[in-house]
Amino acid sequence: MSGGHAHALHFHGHSPIHRLPAAVKLVGLLAFVLAVVATPAGAVWAFSGYTVILMVLLVLSEVPARFFLTRLAIDLPFIAFALLLPFVGEGPRVELGPFAVSAAGLLGAWNLIAKATLSAGASVLLAATTEVPDILAGLSRLRVPAVLVAIASFMIRYLEVVAGEFRRTRIAMAARGYKPRSALDWKPVAVSAGALFIRSFERGERVYQAMLARGYDGNWRTGAHEPITRSQWLAGLLPGIVAATIMLASRLL
Amino acid sequence: MTQLSVSDLSFSYPDGTEVLKQVSLAISPGERVGLLGPNGAGKTTFVLHLNGILRASSGTISLGGMTLSDQTLREIRRRVGLVFQDPDDQLFMPTVFADVAFGPANFGFPPEQVEHRVKSALESVGEWHLADRAPHHLSGGERRKVAIATVLASDSELLVLDEPTSNLDPAGRRELVALLSLLPTTQLIVTHDLPFVFELCPRSIIMDGGRVVADGPTGELLSNRQLLAAHRLELPFGFDPTNIAPR
Amino acid sequence: MHVPDGFINVATAAGAGVVAVSGLGASLRRTGRDLSERQIPFAGLTAAFIFAVQMLNFPVAAGTSGHLLGGSLAAILLGPWLGALAVAVVVFMQALMFADGGIVALGLNVLNMALVTALVGWGVFRSVMRVLPRRSSAVMIASMLAGATSVVASSLSFVFQYAIGGEGGAPLQSVFQAMVGVHSLIGIGEGVITAVAVGAVLAVRPDLVKGVSDLQLPRLATAPSRKSILAFVTGGLAIALALVFLVAPLASGAPDGLERVAIDNGFIESAQEHPLGGPLADYSVSGIENEQTGAVLAGAIGVGATFVAGLIAATILRRRRSA
Ligand SMILES: Nc1ncnc2c1ncn2[C@@H]1O[C@H](COP(=O)(O)OP(=O)(O)O)[C@@H](O)[C@H]1O
Ligand SMILES: [Mg+2]
Repeated sequence: MSGGHAHALHFHGHSPIHRLPAAVKLVGLLAFVLAVVATPAGAVWAFSGYTVILMVLLVLSEVPARFFLTRLAIDLPFIAFALLLPFVGEGPRVELGPFAVSAAGLLGAWNLIAKATLSAGASVLLAATTEVPDILAGLSRLRVPAVLVAIASFMIRYLEVVAGEFRRTRIAMAARGYKPRSALDWKPVAVSAGALFIRSFERGERVYQAMLARGYDGNWRTGAHEPITRSQWLAGLLPGIVAATIMLASRLL
Repeated sequence: MTQLSVSDLSFSYPDGTEVLKQVSLAISPGERVGLLGPNGAGKTTFVLHLNGILRASSGTISLGGMTLSDQTLREIRRRVGLVFQDPDDQLFMPTVFADVAFGPANFGFPPEQVEHRVKSALESVGEWHLADRAPHHLSGGERRKVAIATVLASDSELLVLDEPTSNLDPAGRRELVALLSLLPTTQLIVTHDLPFVFELCPRSIIMDGGRVVADGPTGELLSNRQLLAAHRLELPFGFDPTNIAPR
Repeated sequence: MHVPDGFINVATAAGAGVVAVSGLGASLRRTGRDLSERQIPFAGLTAAFIFAVQMLNFPVAAGTSGHLLGGSLAAILLGPWLGALAVAVVVFMQALMFADGGIVALGLNVLNMALVTALVGWGVFRSVMRVLPRRSSAVMIASMLAGATSVVASSLSFVFQYAIGGEGGAPLQSVFQAMVGVHSLIGIGEGVITAVAVGAVLAVRPDLVKGVSDLQLPRLATAPSRKSILAFVTGGLAIALALVFLVAPLASGAPDGLERVAIDNGFIESAQEHPLGGPLADYSVSGIENEQTGAVLAGAIGVGATFVAGLIAATILRRRRSA
């Protein structure tokens, strides 16, 4: 929900989870999140199961809980949204302390919070244990079109360069007393965004020249992928498989 | 035998700016030559011709006897290693390793060889330990050395560096002098950092207004105050080439 | 606008995923060989640019703020296909690198924030350019309208998804009213910034604005004139009012509170300084019995307030310039 960050959530380490190939982790993440989202709201025990899985993974990853929890706070605005559901929901009311709240709304709130938090937790774990270039390599291994991966890798390479230029412009403006109050006040910033676009474009041209100079002929060559062993797949998909089993059980029961 | 020979090269940008006017020069194998000139002289434009990124309207370029044409373009690009002025333009891949591997992979070296080349190129600039780092996390000096490694990895015969000392601190600059003086490759060093050229290059060429205006021993050119003043080149305060023995 | 996982059910999210993938596939085909060679670094740098520009939080009205989506800006500068690809890459990497927006929800987010904004933005821009005389001020007005409309369309796209497969049981009408109401206001900010940014590029490198590459435009002054600023303030006001009157009656009275949180915390990024929003934040003027009329009235007051704030800002701007 936030506009942008300049730094990824990576937490350097050498745990078994850090060492798993990114492609395996990406598939595992998708499986886990799918299971979570497909679980009926009432199956509280299932969500407890997912929480246990996530906690085990967190311990294995050696990512400090504090680091993990602060990164999870991204989700907070939506939690606030969900928390209001009990008060606006319809249908029979139940007593909750001093309030009479909607039972359906209460369930709805729980549903959103549990799912959004568990999924975001799994995403944070991926981001914390996987270097960005490895995420890119994993995507290309999973047959994401090479052009998209290439665009993403250029984006990541130049994110700090471009954001840094932008930040410096805004600091220079602030240093001369500029303080925007309404959208119309944003004219200087918008003009500088236009200028930044031109600079980005011109850098794109120079980068292209640098690529040509090193033999680029229009074919994006991705390096060879290290083979993924069957046990790595199994280890990476295990949480997802367990979660899927829990999900199926919760739907059948 | 000449390593690089350029004759009567002329070029205008599409908007009509005439930038190169009948440039001719020759460099022998193993030479280290400085290309000096004020801002806007056309140095960068000239350098972009050496491996066919820009194509001249007239004139020829040949490298070790091979003339630049559509057929030889690829081979010439491998033989000429161009190090751009801004390492942020040159280092465009997410990691140093991937970046140094970009050239050899494009020039069709088999994967095992690519790895070997990356390693030896990074070792020769003393930065193998940076292989897994992201280029934007490196210092200015490290970026410059990695940028040089990216062209060394393709076995270039002619190393062309565009303003290599810009944005370097004195220590980074000193390390660069040490590195370049040890590389056996033929080098063309574009700069307006006169002491840097004086230290490294026995011979220099001065370019201004798109023409070659002087070509000779660096010490002689730098001692000619009138020549320097006429082309907006300045020695730092207190620097006197006649007092210092050139290499 | 980054929808987290769990807000929309799996089937709908998967459906959106299929639509998003085919949309991206079409974009890849349209950009074709051109993209695969020359424009890869360019598209990547544009994506980085969009990423940076999305850090722009601009104050809207009544204590709320929005951040630029950038889809229409990208489309006007790069064309709809490359623009959509660049924003899609941004959305994708925000989810994987920063856990911003859900994983199963990726299709929804790519659809809302990249494809809808770029295609709607481009469509509006080109249509308006067709109608208006080919002058620089026309480019500004067209960009303004494209930016504003694209944001509202993006919010409508989310409401549509919520209608099909929303979880949590929030009453659809409230979601609808809150989303579209707030995004009409945010749209003004997006429109102004898009217009000024496009104007700035047009003044220096008109060759880089894809949206006008086939139109013969006279060369521009270096900055948008006061007249064009007024023109797009008026244009924005007109759209916003039209939206309020067309859209608000469709959504009947909303339960108190939900929208306030949606506005201030949920669907748009809230300004740090205003955690609870201003007096109009819940878009319903208290004390008015008929909630439908109340909603329209609240929307109209909000738009009016934005307009007045805009006028004041424009006046100050003018004074500063002449000083
Ligand atoms: N892409 C371009 N289009 C038009 N003119 C250019 C372009 N790039 C450089 N020039 C012009 O060509 C001249 C030489 O530039 P350049 O080769 O960069 O000089 P130097 O590297 O010696 O400072 C300058 O006058 C510059 O303005
Ligand atoms: Mg230059």
